[in-house]
Amino acid sequence: MLLAPLLLGIINKTKAFYAGRTGQPLLQAYWDIGKLLGKGAVYSRSTTLLFRLSPSLILASMITALFLMPSGGLLSPLAFSGDLILFAYLLGLARFFTVTAALDTGSAFEGMGASREVLFSALAEPALFLSLAALAGLTHTYSLSAVYFGLNIEVWKTAFPALLLLVAALFVVFLAENSRIPVDDPNTHLELTMIHEVMVLDHSGPDFAFIQYAASLKLWLLGSMIVGILVPLRGAGFWLEEILFRLGMGLLAVLVGYVESSRARLFLPRVPKFIGSAAVLAALALLLVLR
Amino acid sequence: MNDPWIQTLLVLLILTDLVMLGSSRVGKCIRVIAAQGVLLAALILALNINSLNGHVLLLAFASLFVKTFLFPWILVRAIRRADVDQAVDPLIGFGPSLLIGALLMPLSLWLGTRLPLPDALASSLIVPVALYTMLIGLFLLVSRKKAITQVLSYLLLENGITIFGVALLVKVPLLVELGTLLDLLGAVFVMGIALFNINQTFEHIDSSKLSFLKE
Amino acid sequence: MFFFLFGLCCLAFGGVGALLVSSRRWSGILGAGGALVGCPIALIPVLEVLFRGEKLAFHHGWSVPYGSFFLKIDPLSAFFLLPILLLTAIAAIYAVGYLEKEEKQGSHWLFFNLLACSMAFVVVARNGILFLVAWEAMAIFSFFLVSFEDEKEEVRKASWIYLVATHLGTAFLLVFFLLLGQAAGSLDFDQIAAMSAHKTLPSLLAGTLFLLAIVGFGTKAGFMPLHVWLPEAHPAAPSHVSAVMSGVMIKTGIYGLLRMIPLLGKPEIWWAWLLIGIGLSSGILGVLFALAQHDLKRLLAYHSVENIGIITLGLGLGFLGVAVGSVPLTVLGFAGGLFHVLNHALFKGLLFFGAGSVLHATGTREMDRLGGLMKAMPWTGATFLIASVAICGLPPLNGFASEFILYVGAFKGVGSFGVLQSLPALAVLLGLALIGGLAMACFTKAFGVVFLGEARTEAAENVHEAGAFMKIAMVALSISCFLAAFLAIPIVKSLIPAIAEISSLPVETVAAQLPLATDPLLGLLLVTGILTLLFCGLWLLRKNLLSGRSVELAATWGCGYQRGSSRMQYSSSSFARPLTELFSPLLRTHDEITPVEGLFPKGARLKTHTPDLFQEIIYRPAFKAILWAIARLRWIQGGNLQLYILYIAATLLVLLIWKL
Repeated sequence: MLLAPLLLGIINKTKAFYAGRTGQPLLQAYWDIGKLLGKGAVYSRSTTLLFRLSPSLILASMITALFLMPSGGLLSPLAFSGDLILFAYLLGLARFFTVTAALDTGSAFEGMGASREVLFSALAEPALFLSLAALAGLTHTYSLSAVYFGLNIEVWKTAFPALLLLVAALFVVFLAENSRIPVDDPNTHLELTMIHEVMVLDHSGPDFAFIQYAASLKLWLLGSMIVGILVPLRGAGFWLEEILFRLGMGLLAVLVGYVESSRARLFLPRVPKFIGSAAVLAALALLLVLR
Repeated sequence: MNDPWIQTLLVLLILTDLVMLGSSRVGKCIRVIAAQGVLLAALILALNINSLNGHVLLLAFASLFVKTFLFPWILVRAIRRADVDQAVDPLIGFGPSLLIGALLMPLSLWLGTRLPLPDALASSLIVPVALYTMLIGLFLLVSRKKAITQVLSYLLLENGITIFGVALLVKVPLLVELGTLLDLLGAVFVMGIALFNINQTFEHIDSSKLSFLKE
Repeated sequence: MFFFLFGLCCLAFGGVGALLVSSRRWSGILGAGGALVGCPIALIPVLEVLFRGEKLAFHHGWSVPYGSFFLKIDPLSAFFLLPILLLTAIAAIYAVGYLEKEEKQGSHWLFFNLLACSMAFVVVARNGILFLVAWEAMAIFSFFLVSFEDEKEEVRKASWIYLVATHLGTAFLLVFFLLLGQAAGSLDFDQIAAMSAHKTLPSLLAGTLFLLAIVGFGTKAGFMPLHVWLPEAHPAAPSHVSAVMSGVMIKTGIYGLLRMIPLLGKPEIWWAWLLIGIGLSSGILGVLFALAQHDLKRLLAYHSVENIGIITLGLGLGFLGVAVGSVPLTVLGFAGGLFHVLNHALFKGLLFFGAGSVLHATGTREMDRLGGLMKAMPWTGATFLIASVAICGLPPLNGFASEFILYVGAFKGVGSFGVLQSLPALAVLLGLALIGGLAMACFTKAFGVVFLGEARTEAAENVHEAGAFMKIAMVALSISCFLAAFLAIPIVKSLIPAIAEISSLPVETVAAQLPLATDPLLGLLLVTGILTLLFCGLWLLRKNLLSGRSVELAATWGCGYQRGSSRMQYSSSSFARPLTELFSPLLRTHDEITPVEGLFPKGARLKTHTPDLFQEIIYRPAFKAILWAIARLRWIQGGNLQLYILYIAATLLVLLIWKL
C-alpha cells in the first residue's frame, strides 16, 4: 500500500513523455510527502480546530477504506456483507471533511472548489452505486472481497459486455473522483480553475503530507477496483496475481497520463453530462447482469 | 440463451440511441444512423449465424448498403446543397432529453414483458431494445424542430422496427417482408425530403413553421 | 400502563400549572419540570415493552358512539413513543434557556406539554374516534405553538397555512375511518384487524382506503406534493418546537401508515411502487429545494421532507417484500425505515437546536449574513457538525447505520429477482445514492457558511455562546447520536416484534432474517473502531511531528489578492449555484440582479429566490380558484337577519322532506 504515491509518479512521467520533457522523477511524490512531514505548519487566522483535525481524519478514513479493498493476491483484512456500501461512504466521509476544511479558511477560491467538488461527487455517487450493484448482482455477493474473488475468467466469458461497460463507467468515476482531466486539472496554474487542489491550498506541513498521501490512496483504491475487474486471474498463485495486479495498476496510471496529455479539460457545465454518461453505462451493465 | 456477442451489439444499439439523443450536430446524428446500419447488419448475421442462407445475407447486405451508405450519402448531399445549419435546434433541451431517454428504458423493459411473443428469442433484451429504439425515434420526432432531424428520427424509428423484425426473422418471415416494405417507404420519404423540401424551400426546413397553415 | 398514564398526567399538570402561576420563573419551572418528570416516568413502560416484547393495554368505557377509550402499547407504539418522550424532555430543557426573556411562558408550556401528551395518545390509541381526537388535538396544540410569536406577520401567515393543510389531511382521515369502520363494523383497531385476518376487503375498497391514508397521513408527514406547510411552519415556530414537530410530530404520519396499512389486508404491489415513488420524489426534491434555500430553518424544514422520503423508501421496500413474499426485503426495509425514524428525531432535533442557538445569538436565520460562528460558539458549532455528519448519512454516526440497512435491503432486492421486479429496489438504491450526495452538498454548505470562515456581518461578529440549558440539551442529543450508532444492533433487535406485526409474519421468521441487518452493523462497529484508532494515531503522530517546530498563524492565502473583505467569501447561494443551475427546470430559482455598471460601480445586488414548485403550480392556482368560487357565492351572505332565518328554515324543511 506504500506504492500508492508511485501512481502519481507514473502519471506525471507519462505526461512528461507526451510533452517531450524529462519530467519529475518517478518517486517525486514520496520526496514531497517526506519533506512536508519534516516541516512546521502555518495556519490561517480564520480557521478553527476543525481545520487541524480534518487532515488526520481524511487520511484515517482512506486507510480504513484500504482495509476493505482486496488487491492482487491478497484478501482484504476485513470483509463483511455490505462493506462495499461502507467503502463508498468512507470516501464520502473524507470528502465531507475536505470540503468543510476548505470552507473553514473563508477563501472564496476554496469555496468555489468546494462547491464544484460536492456537485461532481453528488453526480458520481449514483454511477458508483450502480456499478457496485451490478458487480454484486453478477457475483451474488455483497462484500468487496467476495465480489473480487467471484470475478474469474469464467464470468468474463459469459458476461464480458457488462464487465466492459462497468470498466468504462468506473473509469469515468475514477477520473472524476480523483480530480483528473477532463473533470479537473491537477496542475493548472490558476487557482480559479482548480477543484481538488484549491481546496487544500491552505494546508501545510505534516497536514498537507497527510492530504497528499490520502489523495494518492484514493487513486489507488478506485484504481484497484478497475484493475481488479480487468485482471480476472484468481487462484493462480500469490506472486503471479500480485505481479499482474501491480502491472495492471501501472498500466492504468499510464492510461491516465495518456488521457491527461491528449484531452483538454471539459467546459465546466458539460462535466455533469460526462459523469452522467458513466451512470448510464453502469445502468446498462446492471441491465445486462439482471436480465 | 444469451450470447454475449449479441448482447454487445444490443448494448451498442442502446448507446447509439443515447448518443443520438445527446448530440447537438446534425452531422453527428447522420453518422450515428450510419453506425446503426452497421450494427443492424451485424445483428442480422449474428442472430442467424447457424442458419446462414441467401435470404439472410441479402437482408444484412441491404441493411448495410441502404442505411450505412445510401441514406447518409443522400442526407449529407442534401445538407450541403441546401446549406443547412449544423445545429439540431431541439424543442426539449439535451439534458432533459437524456433524462427522458433514461426513463424510457424501464418503460420499454416493462412493455417488453407485456408483449405476447414466441419464447425462443435469442436474447431477452432484443424486444426491449427494439421498443427502446422506436420510443427514442418517436420522442425525437416530436422534440426536434428541423425537417432534416425529423427524417433522422424517422430513420431511428424504422431501425427499431427492423430490430423487431430481425428478431422474428426465422419465425415469421412475412413480418420481415413487411418491414422491408417499410424500409422502401423510408427510402422514398428520405428522397422526397431531400429532393423537394430541403433542396428547394429552405425557409420551410423548420417544421414548426408548418403550423402557419393553421392561421 | 399506570406509569405511562401517570407520566402523561405529570406533563399535563405541569402545563396547566405553568399557565396558572403568574411569575415567569415559576411557570418555566412548572412547565419544564412537568415534562422532565413526566417523560422519564412514561418511558419506563415503553422500554419494558420494547425490550421484553409484552403488550400493555388499558380499557375504559366511553359514551361516544363507536368510540371506546382503548389504549394499548405494543412494540410499534413503543418504538415511536421512545423518540417522542425523549425529544420532548430534551426540548423542554432547551426551551428553558431559549425562552428566558420571553413573556408568554405560561401559554407556551401549556401547549407544549399538551402537544407531547397528544402525540403520545396518537400512538397508543386503539380506536378510530379516539385516534382522531388525539390527532386533532395534536394539530391544534402545534398550531398554537407555531403561532407563538403571533405579533409577526409571517408567523401568522405560516400558522394559517399549517392549519389549513393539517385540516385537509384530517378530512381525508375522517373519510378513511368512516369507510373502514363501515366495512369492518367497528372502529376498534383490534377488531378491524381480526376482521381483515379472515375476510379480505374488495381490492377497490382497499385501494381507495390506501390512497386516503396516504393523503391523510402524508400531509402530516410531509410527502412531497403535500409538504407545503413544512417550509412555512418550521421557520416560524420557536426552535425547540420546530425540533419536536420535525423530529417526532411528522413521524406520527409514518406511524399512522404503518398502523393502518396492515389493517387493509395483504398489500398489493402497486402500493409499494407508490410508496417508493413518493419516497423518491420527497427525498430528491426535498434535498434539492433545501439546497436552494438560504434561510437556515427553511433549509432544515426541507431536509425533514427529504428524510421522510428516506423513511418512506424503507416502508416501500418493506411492503414490496410483503407483497412479493420476500422476507429479507421486508425485514431490511422496515428495520431501516423504522430505525431512521429514531435517528432522524435525534439529529434533526439537534440541528434545530443549533439553528435556534444561532438565531438566538445573531437574530437572523439568513445564512449569507452569518459566518465564522464556530469561534464564538464552539459548543453549538461542534454539535451542529456532529448532526450534519449524521444527517448526511456518513459513517460512523447513526444516520449511516439506518441508511446502511436500507442500502443492504436495496442491494438484496436488486440481486434476487428479474429485471422488472428489481426496478423498485434499483430506484431505492439510486435514490439513496443521489440523496446522499446532495445532502452532503447541502450540509457542507449549511455548516460551512454559518459556522466557518469569517463573519459576514456585524450581527455575526458579536455573538455569545448559547446558555447552559441549551448547551446541555445539545450535548445530550449529540451523545445520543453516537449512542444510537453504537447500540444499533440492540435497537434493531428490539424492532423484531414490531416488524412481525406490520408484515403479519411470525416473530421467529423475522428474527431468523435479522442477521442480514445485524452482520453489516457489526462490521460497521469494527470499522468505526479502526477509524477511531487510526485517527487518534495520526493525530498523535502529527502532534509529535509539530512539537518543537514553528507553528505560525497567518492570513488565508488569497491567491495573490490580499484585500478581500469577509463579504467576499463564497456565500451559501454561490456554493449551491452549480447544483441549482443543473436542476433549474425543477427549482425555478428567480434572480433579481442589479448589475455592475461603469468603471467605478456604485453597487450591485443579486437576490435569488426559490419558490416551492408545488405551491406555485398546484396550491396557489387551486386556492385562487376556490377563492373565486367562494366570491361567486357571496350573494348568499346578504347580512339580512330574515334571510338567514329563511336559510335555516329551508334547510330543515329539505331535511325533513328527505327523511320522510
